[in-house]
Amino acid sequence: DIDDVGHKYYLELVLEDVLDKDSTVNCTAEVLYHLGNKNIPPGVQFTIEGELKNTDEADNLFYNRIKSLEKELVAENIPDSHGNMSPEMEPIRLLAWAASGYVIWQNSTENTKFQLAQIKHVKQVKRSDEYLEFDYMILLHEMVSQEIIPWQMTVLWHPQHSVQVTQ
Amino acid sequence: QFSKGGTNRPAIWIDTGIHSREWVTQASGVWFAKKIVLDHESDEGLASILDEMDIFLEIVTNPDGFVFTHTQNRMWRKTRSRNSGSLCIGVDPNRNWDAGFGGSGASGNPCSETYHGPYANSEPEVKAIVDFVKNHGNIKAFISIHSYSQLLLYPYGYTATPAPDQKELDEISKKAVAALSSLYGTKYTYGSIITTIYQASGSTVDWTYNQGIKYSFTFELRDTGRYGFLLPATQIVPTAQETWLALKVIMLHARDHPY
Repeated sequence: DIDDVGHKYYLELVLEDVLDKDSTVNCTAEVLYHLGNKNIPPGVQFTIEGELKNTDEADNLFYNRIKSLEKELVAENIPDSHGNMSPEMEPIRLLAWAASGYVIWQNSTENTKFQLAQIKHVKQVKRSDEYLEFDYMILLHEMVSQEIIPWQMTVLWHPQHSVQVTQ
Repeated sequence: QFSKGGTNRPAIWIDTGIHSREWVTQASGVWFAKKIVLDHESDEGLASILDEMDIFLEIVTNPDGFVFTHTQNRMWRKTRSRNSGSLCIGVDPNRNWDAGFGGSGASGNPCSETYHGPYANSEPEVKAIVDFVKNHGNIKAFISIHSYSQLLLYPYGYTATPAPDQKELDEISKKAVAALSSLYGTKYTYGSIITTIYQASGSTVDWTYNQGIKYSFTFELRDTGRYGFLLPATQIVPTAQETWLALKVIMLHARDHPY
């Protein structure tokens, strides 16, 4: 408890690569939930001990595949009702997951726990520059209220740049 | 009902699918039924349980909701009852029980996913079970199965006051979770509802516990959020298999500790 400021949490956590359970990296973080004003996202500072895995090859493969599509990518219900999706959709889903992390951070309080529930719709938007742009309609599941919250997000990405979310 | 005979034997109740979008639970229920039928003689533990106790299994506990998840909205949780004075439909069947009904941990708003309903047992799906449990009078263990989060929970959800049998329930949970984990390494957390997940009033196992059914547990099955409600079908059988090991721990304990 920090008087007049809010609640600060000191965390030690282990990051685990979803695609490779044996690949882990230690992390420490400080999270500050601000008192009162619910519109300010929690403050986060973190240190990663070591390096994240290099993903250049997979990134470039995905980037080139999308760039070489004749028509802009459009897809729905990833995964579908039965939890299935085609292998080509996996990077699209992972990108949504990373981007939804940002949305979740911006909307989190001490009393929320969000998860990405499903991509309802994704549409690639043509760009004249090197970036890939995707318009996502996602469903977020909030654990405490059990509500399903639709959210629209526009995501920019390029292999050498980090994911950007413009809501 | 799975029974080897007798009259009104002490019984174990298991329900799945009370929240319709939690599809791995109804699917696991089907698997449990098949398991009991196929292995009731060859599996020693199961055979010994059924020698003394009956098993009741309700698989699609929220049928209207389940249909709705197939036809209209995969993420539907509640029942499909009309709410007077509101355009919103449905009551949360896990907030509709008469234990701390209407208190903190449920919503009075019909549009909310945790709407408790106009009064306790307003939902026929809930009332049917309440009537059954009361009429049977000899249920000794009650297990309600949900997803997701990988948790094994015991009362209470509506109050922070520890359940009188907390110590025993906690010990059973520890063993059950270890048994579950032994198969595929799936990690579960356990504890009372209110300390482990959140405050929830009017929940199933709080009512069954207060009725005197000491071994009242709630499961939250796989996963922890990667797929959530949309768990891939390939994970149904492994989930059911590991969960069954935990269920057997609870059932065996109930058989060995009559009360």
